[in-house]
Amino acid sequence: MNLVVSNLSLTLVTGLVLVALFISYREKLGLNKDIVIGVIRTVIQLTVVGYVLKYVFKINNWALTVLMILIIIVNAADNARKRGPGIDNVFLISFIAILTSTVVVVGTLIATGSLKMIPAQIIPFSGMVASNTMVAIGLCYRSLNTSFRDQRQQIIEKLALGAEIKLASKSILGESVRAGMSPTIDSAKTVGLVSLPGMMSGLIIAGVDPVKAIKYQIMVMFMLLATTAIGSVIACYLAYRKFYNTQMQLK
Amino acid sequence: MAIIELKQVDYQIDDKKILDSIDLAVEPNDYLTITGPSGSGKSTVLLLMAQMATATAGNLYYNQTDIAELNPVEYRREVSYCVQRPALFGETVADNLKFPAEVRGVEFDQTRAVDLLTKVQLPASMMDEKIIDISGGERQRIGLLRHLMYVPKVLLLDEITTGLDAENKAIVWNLIQAVHNEDQVTIISVTHDQQEIDSAKKMIQIIEGSIGK
Repeated sequence: MNLVVSNLSLTLVTGLVLVALFISYREKLGLNKDIVIGVIRTVIQLTVVGYVLKYVFKINNWALTVLMILIIIVNAADNARKRGPGIDNVFLISFIAILTSTVVVVGTLIATGSLKMIPAQIIPFSGMVASNTMVAIGLCYRSLNTSFRDQRQQIIEKLALGAEIKLASKSILGESVRAGMSPTIDSAKTVGLVSLPGMMSGLIIAGVDPVKAIKYQIMVMFMLLATTAIGSVIACYLAYRKFYNTQMQLK
Repeated sequence: MAIIELKQVDYQIDDKKILDSIDLAVEPNDYLTITGPSGSGKSTVLLLMAQMATATAGNLYYNQTDIAELNPVEYRREVSYCVQRPALFGETVADNLKFPAEVRGVEFDQTRAVDLLTKVQLPASMMDEKIIDISGGERQRIGLLRHLMYVPKVLLLDEITTGLDAENKAIVWNLIQAVHNEDQVTIISVTHDQQEIDSAKKMIQIIEGSIGK
């Protein structure tokens, strides 16, 4: 291991927080309270997660691993829920989308031998899949809400011409799935040129040969493409119906 | 026997009553003109008839069947609702004229589309025009033609000539008259147009959410 952060180093790095606080104070941004809360939560949440993961990895129990993954998915779904105000059952939709993408993608990685069936590999990858699906479906919800509002007249006319709600929503569905997938596709195009992604950077810092690290990163990029595609399609196709009532009228 | 009938229909949004105890019977092949001041609720009557909104009280019947019991999609194919200033979709005029066929999952009838275009004095080449390049009058005509690719039983028109010049207005009304007389389509038209009001065969006024005496 190349990198070891000692407690003393970590304490000294806290000085960087002071830089943020100073800028917030000087520029009267009113962010001091949020910065302090953010710092305290970072320390507490990561410390707790660190110890929990250490314990889970050590006892290597499948039920506990599944429970950890479910907690991650529930939290991700709860966060995605906030991006879809006004959409009925948005938590359940988010949960189904994130659960499906996690099971399919992580399952594929295990089946292909890319991941071992051990908590130390499955849990971090599930977290990556869940958080990326969460962001993607959040973008889908925002796009659905905006499009159904802006294109209301057009939808009504399509319904008036006798369209089923799926056909009336077809263009919006396309736009919204694209909105969910675009950031991942864009980042797949620029990866390595604009930024070194977290996973690859982490491996390199930990002393892994960069040529080996890229293999993992390529796997992660492929995984994220599938993740956002599966999550976006499921979330959009479950959510668009919520913009209509049982009489196939726009709400 | 009425083709469309409203019995004691109320429509309310939150505490605001938009329509109050509307009773109305429209006979097959009627040409009913609905007029009244702006904001009186006449467009809401059409929305309810178009099954785009549901009455908060009372019932609407289509050929004696409560429309709540009908499949909304099938109903809307028979009772077609055309709005003021239609939003065209897709990229070209053809995308719009093809939509009714797409909805029904059938082959697009190019001959019918060209025939309709001719009736509203538009050339067949109009099919390939981009919707962003066409004028307001052409847009209104194309918007209306979408509803006529398959002849409906009832055509609901919501101020479709508002904002059109005299020439475009005459073209649109000639087509409506032809559809009414030749295809026996029942027309229910909300309008402010004086010429149309003057020539109305049957007319009701809606004032403050009620049918005026």
